[in-house]
Formats: sequence, structure tokens, C-alpha cells
Amino acid sequence: MAYKKTLLIVTLILLAVCLGCNEKSAETSPAGEGNIATESNPSSVTMSGPSYGDMLINGSIGDASVLLPVLASDSASGEINNLIYNGLVKYDKDINLVGELAEKWDVSEDKLKIRFFLKKDVKWHDGKPFTAKDIEYTYKVYVDPKTPTAYSTDFLKVKELHVIDDYTVKVVYDKPYAPALGSWGQGILPSHLLEGKDITESPLKRNPVGTGPYKFGEWVTGEKITVNSFHDYFEGRPYIDRVMTRIIPDLATMFLELKALSIDQMGLTPLQYVRQTNTKWFNDNFNKYKYLGFGYSYLGYNLQDWKFKDRRVRQALTMAIDRESIVQGVLLGLGAVTDTPYKPDTYWYNQNVKKFPYDPEKAKQMLAEAGWKDTNNEGVLVKDGKPFEFTIITNHGNDIRKNAAIIIQRDLKKVGIKVSIRVIEWAAFLKNFINKRNFEACLLGWGIGIDPSQIDIWNSKKTGESELNFINYQNPEVDKLLDLGASTYDREERKKYYDKFQEIIAEDQPYTFLFVQYALPIINSRFHGIEPAPIGIGYNFTKWYVPKPLQKYTIQP
Amino acid sequence: MRFLVKRIALMIPTLIGITIISFTVMKMAPGDPTSLMTDLNPNMNEEAVKRIRAHYGLDQPWSIQYFKWLRNMAVLDFGRSFAPDNRPVIDKIAERIPITLLINILSMVLIFSVAIPIGVMSAVKQDSMFDRVSSLIVFIGFAIPTFWLALLMMILFGVKLDWLPISGFRSLNYSHLSSVGRILDIGKHLIMPIFVSAFGGLAGMSRYMRSNMLEVIRQDYITTARAKGLDERTVIFKHAFRNALLPVITILGLSVPGLIGGSVIFETIFAIPGMGQLFYQSVMMRDYPTIMGILVIGAALTLVGNLLADLLYSWADPRIRVSD
Amino acid sequence: MFLNEDFVKRIRRNRMAMAGLGIVAILFCVAISANQLAPYPPSRIDTANILAPPTWKHLLGTDVLGRDVLSRIIYGAGVSLSVGFVAVGISTLIGMILGALSGYYSGLIDRIVMRFVDVMLCFPSFFLILAVIAFVGPSIWNIMIVIGVTSWMGVARLVRAEFLSIRERDFVQAAISQGASDARIIFLHILPNAMAPVLVAATLGIASAVLIESGLSFLGIGVQPPDPSWGNMLTEGKDNIEIAWWLSLFPGMAILITVMGYNMLGEGIRDSLDPRLRR
Repeated sequence: MAYKKTLLIVTLILLAVCLGCNEKSAETSPAGEGNIATESNPSSVTMSGPSYGDMLINGSIGDASVLLPVLASDSASGEINNLIYNGLVKYDKDINLVGELAEKWDVSEDKLKIRFFLKKDVKWHDGKPFTAKDIEYTYKVYVDPKTPTAYSTDFLKVKELHVIDDYTVKVVYDKPYAPALGSWGQGILPSHLLEGKDITESPLKRNPVGTGPYKFGEWVTGEKITVNSFHDYFEGRPYIDRVMTRIIPDLATMFLELKALSIDQMGLTPLQYVRQTNTKWFNDNFNKYKYLGFGYSYLGYNLQDWKFKDRRVRQALTMAIDRESIVQGVLLGLGAVTDTPYKPDTYWYNQNVKKFPYDPEKAKQMLAEAGWKDTNNEGVLVKDGKPFEFTIITNHGNDIRKNAAIIIQRDLKKVGIKVSIRVIEWAAFLKNFINKRNFEACLLGWGIGIDPSQIDIWNSKKTGESELNFINYQNPEVDKLLDLGASTYDREERKKYYDKFQEIIAEDQPYTFLFVQYALPIINSRFHGIEPAPIGIGYNFTKWYVPKPLQKYTIQP
Repeated sequence: MRFLVKRIALMIPTLIGITIISFTVMKMAPGDPTSLMTDLNPNMNEEAVKRIRAHYGLDQPWSIQYFKWLRNMAVLDFGRSFAPDNRPVIDKIAERIPITLLINILSMVLIFSVAIPIGVMSAVKQDSMFDRVSSLIVFIGFAIPTFWLALLMMILFGVKLDWLPISGFRSLNYSHLSSVGRILDIGKHLIMPIFVSAFGGLAGMSRYMRSNMLEVIRQDYITTARAKGLDERTVIFKHAFRNALLPVITILGLSVPGLIGGSVIFETIFAIPGMGQLFYQSVMMRDYPTIMGILVIGAALTLVGNLLADLLYSWADPRIRVSD
Repeated sequence: MFLNEDFVKRIRRNRMAMAGLGIVAILFCVAISANQLAPYPPSRIDTANILAPPTWKHLLGTDVLGRDVLSRIIYGAGVSLSVGFVAVGISTLIGMILGALSGYYSGLIDRIVMRFVDVMLCFPSFFLILAVIAFVGPSIWNIMIVIGVTSWMGVARLVRAEFLSIRERDFVQAAISQGASDARIIFLHILPNAMAPVLVAATLGIASAVLIESGLSFLGIGVQPPDPSWGNMLTEGKDNIEIAWWLSLFPGMAILITVMGYNMLGEGIRDSLDPRLRR
């Protein structure tokens, strides 16, 4: 399976559409470098080698919406699309960019032109050959203003695209754009089926044709989606013959189905991981995995609110919040405190930023320096006659965020700040609060893209209605650093810019960065060949197999 | 026949009322339906938002929007879903309505066939042990939160005893089963959902039957029948029962909305892709055309239920037809 | 007036009504004296002691944040009951006004109101509640109001029927002939006599409102944290039902007993009021 670049915006939408599922959908959420723990029984029986056959049944809380990667922005569709489509490039198990549909590529000296050389033996699921025309069509669809897609940003940077021959494509950019290569991991669409047609009306939305390891089988709305192995897949026929996704909206029900062995794989909640699956029976029947997910949660302060304008106040707030106890209490230790907007175990993360560890006494002192004192001895800090009170808003459907907010409320009360919590249903949350800047503090999460560019979130100009810098963070130096970072191809030089960016952000504390959660997939132990790697476990899905004697389902074509 | 036509004609104003309320509910939502498409999407500039609003006709005044919608609805065109699948709403509802109807009809049959005997027996043996125990049980059925009961049953019958499938409404190998096998398969899957849905409805029906029966038993003609020396069984079942049953028929139509409303919860917990689940998802996604479509169709189903009940009543009690 | 001696006597003889009344009374006491009864503050967090089974220290165990379940159930009583009471208060008020207008004036007003009732009765009310709550936001007040404005139809019909029959009685006719104002007749002469069935409907309505709140909580749009309602506690408990039975059992039982209590009270009053059912 190819890991597509996770766009920040998209991830936010995902978090919305798939309410409360950020602790789930482990299989395809891009995983990070390093630290992957496996709790598995080392395959008890030595079986014969890989063999074809059997079916893997996934549990998903939501149905897919549309099986065209250009239109889909929900994680349920994304997981299926990843099996059906390929990109030109993908991230390998160590998070290096490698070719998928592209055999190789070269980048011109001035970093403005990229040439992709395509693989020649690739076939679409309907047997037609894959060629450069498909790339051209895909590009045109992504940038077409009539296409309702959330993924156009990267493609709009392309100045022109030339088809040189059937298997060579040249892409030209206006100025050097470092995230460009990674952006070609987006799913490539079949031009022979879509060219000249309105993509929003295409039958392929529910009956897709791709080049990927699995071809579409059946979609019974609200019930299940099946895909079958594509025998002519250019990387070889996948061992597992069929993948079925069963839609089970309630998490408790899904867990019971897992216990009844009716589903083979799901993402666990921390409580399920720690408390419910440590029995001998579970160890015999399942393997559990854990790795840091590509996303973090934060408490964002509306910087237009007078209370949060002073940097010392924000630093004090961070020190007053016992983030370690949130990780222990809410995530049961299955997460890590983070201090910057990058994933702690990755290349881009800067270990050496200024940190504000839990220290309520120091926090009080700093608040006093900023003018917040408990003058009337009522336990609430006061400045200019106004008490320090604010409301944290968060979206409904995510118990982890809700509980984190409750702990923050407790911690801030200890230093004399009165916090209220409002949990708001997602659509209203965006429309009435975030977009209108009608909030004091919000508890939310961002996905962390594999590419380090974060212009959309931090740039001073991205503060318009429905843009992503909704806390109104303004720092010209950050703007400059992020621009430099995005136009620099050299990895080491690029890191310098992002390191500096992280130092400034850590000092400014526009957010209190809270934690990164672990992805916690559990998989039936009859599946072999799963090799945890920095990117997670799904990268070699086509090589997973069930030894013949253990196969459970016979696939009737 | 004239009765039927008249009844149907009477439904029209009600139907219009239904559409007005559905439309009003939609307009209570903050912002407008394009928000989910445009929010937090850096590619959406003002121009694009305007275009989308115009596309959905949102730039026009309320009344025009309503009449347009009404006109389309008259030919069962509910528009296209705002969900990313963008499918016609009528298709989405059509593929989900059969399972919801099946469960609700079966659960109604179960309610009637259990609640009526309970009601009759409780009335005949008023204040007996049976009366007390059955009252207690039906009250428990009403009072227990559906999703909790469902989960407890799933653990007991699905995991611990392994007698019944936990969720869904058919097996994975369904398409390879014989037609008898298919029916059995669906049946096995629906036992728990139907039980859960019916258990809650027993109380209302059995208590209603009980009081009707008590009332009838005290009427003069029953006393007369007894006085004539007819044996008690004949009196109860031939005379009293028939008369007590009549008013129950009218309840049939009225109980439709309650059952359909409950389907949101048991379809979610049992993972049954029915109309209730679709409604919940649509609400969460602000998929307005689908929400309005389901509200209207749900209400129309009640109307149909009422109509059926009326027809049944007039058939069972000729006085109505005569007086009409 | 319906609260006459005969009525009280009949209710006191009805065991079901008395049992229900007992439950309701106990709940009331619990709800008002939550501050004195609860061993801990309902939102006291103890992350070192999460999901602890019942012990002497925590009689009903602790929840996912280490909060005391017993204390939360005690405070939840107030939340769940006030949802029931306010919602029913609203629906009864609307129902009585519309029912009275319709029954007293008849004619066009009656036709319009009754048509409105018919229309409202057609909707699966849970659908309407779900949609509106999701749109306006699930605050405790919104939940009360929305349940209230979607469940007044039964009361309206009852009141109308009572009005139609009472209106023709001698004492009302006498009042009319003496030139009493409409308001005086409605409020002083008819309404008090129509109260009994309304009381029954209201009691049963509280039971449904408590259940509706729990259903909304299951869907995630019931009373929101950190306020404890039995519905949101039960929902939280459901996901951990196999490792922490106490987390769902106690809120579930609280709902079950409360709803049964109101139901028995309502049905009991109905039975003892209904002259047809008397032996």
C-alpha cells in the first residue's frame, strides 16, 4: 500500500467526518519513524511459507463515501482507495520517498523541473495499459476549479506538465517547491475511463478502477465493501485474496465482533489495549501493535483575546497543565508529550526547544508577573478587576479530547484559573466558533504530514475566515522561515529552518502542545508477514499471508 | 371506496404540514449547508462559496426555496445528497428503507401477538399474580435503555453463548445460500434487534389492551351474557375480546413513529444499515436534502399506517362505514 | 377540583401508584440533597485510580478518570430529573394552552390546532429531536426545550377532549350565561377539572424524557460533560462494559428504576382515576 502525503487540512476534515475515530483507523494512518512495539506471540507454529488465499475482515465505524481519491476526504474511503490506487511515488517503510508507478525520476539543477519515468508493465484493473496520459489527466482533474477536491494546493504550484512520451512526464514549477515530489503520491486516475467526463457524475465513484493490488469487488452501502486481489498487480499478486471492510458504527459492538472472531482487524482504544486485551485468549488469537501516530493534540489560544496576548501567560498556562498526567490518565501511557508541532521520533523534530514542564508554583509566579493575582482571595486570579476565566471548546465524539479537557480544567483551577468546557458537534463547531473566531481556547488535533511544511497553519496571512491559522498567530520571522523551508530541497539545510521555526514556536507557545497518541491496531494472529517498521505496519500489506493450514475463509470467486 | 378517497384527500393538508415543518427544521441550522464543503478548506475563496450557494439555490428567498423543493418532491425528487457521494437522496433512502420496514413490521407483529394476550389475561385476572408480574415485566421493557439492553444481549447471546450473530443483518456468505438458507440467516440476525425493539413497545400496548378489556367486561351486555349462563370462556373470548380489540387497531397507526424513531438507536448498535442509521449520519454531516427526505418519508409512513388502521377499523366495525 | 379526598383515597389504595410514588419521592430527596449525600465531588479526578471496582472507599467504583461513580449518580439524579421536569413542564404548558383553545373555541381554531397536532404526531419525534439538537447544540437547556416542544401533542388532545365534555356541563353553562369572561371560564372553571388526565400524561412524560436523554447521550448529543447525566454515564460505561461492569450497571439501573417509578405512578393514577376500571 502506498502512503500518501497527509495534508493537514484533510486530516482535520477526516477527524471530523470520522467522528472520534482518531484513536482508530490505525491501518492506513501513516505511521512514524522509530519506536514500534509489537506485542505478539512469536508465530507459535512454524508454518509453511507464504501462500495465497483467505480473507481479511476489517472493522470500520463509518462507510466510505466515494472511491475516487480526488474526491474522497474521509478516512473510510481513504483506506479502501489505498488498496485500489497507486501514486507515482510512495514512502517506504523507513519513510524514504521511492517510486511506485514511477520507475525513477530526476530533478533539474534549478529544482524547477521534475521528470518521471514510468513503469512499463503496469495495467489498470480492466486490463488497459497505464501510460503518461493517465498522469496528465490526473493532474488536470486535480487543478480543475470545477473539481471539488481538498488536494489541489500542491498541484496548483505546477506551472506546466508535459507528456514527453508514453512513459515519461515532465513537471515544471514556478519556483522550487520542496513538498512537490511527495505530492505525487496522490492516487492516479484512469484517463481512458474518465477523460472528458464530469468526474462528480462518474460511475467510478462507486465502482472504481485502479492500478493497485486490489480490485473493486462489491459495495453494499452501510454494510460492507469487498476488494479482491489483482493477479496482474505489477508488484506481484497479493497473498491475501480478499479484503472486506465491515461497517459497524458502534465501537463497543465492533469490539464484541472482534471477540467473536468475526472481524480480523480494528484499531483499539487505549483502554481496550491496556485493560481488555491482555488475556491469554487474546494473546493466542491476536497480535497487537503500537506506534506513534502522525498527529498531535493541542490547546490553542485565541491570540486576539486580551487574556492570551501576553506570551508569559501562555507559557505559564503550559506549565500549569500536567501533560504527563493527561498521557498517563487519559491515554494510559499510550502516547508521548510533545513540545513542537512535529512528531517526537522523526527527523524534523527539534529536541532542543525551550520546554515548559509541569510546575504550578512557577506558573503562578509568572502569572503574577503578568499582572494576574488573587487579590480578593477567592481562589480566582484577577487582573484589572477581571477574573481569569475562559472556556475551552472541543468537538464532540472524541472521548480522549473531552477527558483531556476535563484534566486541564482541574489543573488550571489549582493555579486560580476558572475553565469551563463546551463540547460542540463538529459542523457547528467549525461554523459558529472556529471560523467566526468566536472562542477563547480550543482543544483540537492536527495531522502531521510526512513533509514538514506547515505554512497553512502558521503563516500570518492564513487568518482569513475558514483558513487554518484561526488562533491568529502573527510572526514575520516564522513566515520567512516557513517560506524558506518550502523552497529548499536539501534535507539538512531544510531542517535548519524548521529547527529555528520550532524554537520560536516553543518560545511563543501559541498552543500548549499536548500529546501524540499511539496507533493501536490489533490483528488476528493467523496473518503472518507483518513487519512493523518506522512507517507502521500497512506498508507491506500485499506480502501479508495466512499459511495454508490456518486459512479460515475459502474465497468463491 | 368513497371512504378511501375521502381519507386520502384528508391526508393532503397533513402532508403539506409535514413538508413545512421539515423545511423549518432545516432552516434552524446555523450557517448554511455549504459550510462543511467550504470550511477549513484553503482552496475555497469567496467566489467559490458563492458559486456553490447558487448551485444549491441558497441565494434565493426562503419561500422560493420551499416551493421549489415541494415541487420536486411531488415527483419524489428529493435532490442530491450533500454527502461526498453526491447520490440522489431517493436512491439512498430506497436502499435502506426495506430493512427498517421489515424490522419495524416484524416487531409490531411481535408486540401485538404478545401484548394482546397479556393485556387480556391481566384484565380477566385483575390484581392476580399474573397481572402483577406481567405489568412489572412490561414496565421493565419500557424503562430499560435500548442500547444497554442490546449490548447486554449481544454479550450474552453473541459472545458468551455464541448462539446468535452479534451485528449486521446477514452473514458474509449470504449470497451463496439457498433461498431458505437466506431467510433463516436474516432471521437469525434479526432476533435480537426485533426483540429489543418490541420489548420497549409491549408496555403501552398491553396496558391499553388491559384497560379496554376491563372496561368491556363491566359493560351491560357482558353481564347479560353471563346472566344468560354462557360459560366464562365464551363470554370473554367471543364477546368481550372482539370489542376490546377494536380500539387497539387505531393504535397501530400511532405507534409507527415511535418505532421508526427508535430505529436510530438499535440500527446503530446492531450495525444494521437502515433508515435510522442513515438519518443519524446525515444529521451529523449536515446532509440537508437527505434529512428532509427522511423526515418527510418517515412522516408519510405514519400517514400510511393511520390509513391502514382506519381501513382495518372500518372493516372490523361496520358501523363506521354505515355512518360515513 | 381533582385533588379531592376520594381521589387521594383511591390512589392510596393503588399499590402500583404508591410504589411509584415511593421511588419518585426517594429520587427527589437524593436529587435535592446531593451535596450532603455524595461522598466526593462529582468531578474529582484521580487518574491513579481509574476503573476501580466497588470497594468501601468507592461504593460503586470509579470511572475512566477515577471519579466516584456513586457521587456522579447522585448528582446525575438532579440533572436527569431536571431534564424530565422542565421538558414536561414545557410540553404540558404548550399542550394545555393549545388544547384549551381548541376545545373551548372549537370552529376554525380547533381545526387548525388539531391539524397541527396530527402533523406533529406523524413525525418520528426522536428524529425531530435528534436533528434539532444537533443543529442548535446539545446544551442541557436545548435538550429540555426540544423534548418539550416535540411532545405536547398528547396533552393537547387530552385537554381538548376534557374541554369538549366539561364545556357542556351545567356549571360552565351557568358561568357563561352569567357573562363570565372566557379567561375566567377557562382557568377557573374548566381547566382545574381537566387536570387529572394531564397529571397522568405529565408523569409518563417525565419517564420518556429521561429515556430520550439517554438515547441522545448514546448518540453523543445528550447532556455534555463535565455535567453527569445518567445517560452520558451509561454511554461511557457501555464501551467498558466487559472490564468495568459497575460503570454501566449502576447508571443503567438508575434509569430503569426511575423510569419505572414514574411509569407506575402514572399508570397507577390513571387506573385509580378511571371510573370504568373500578371494581
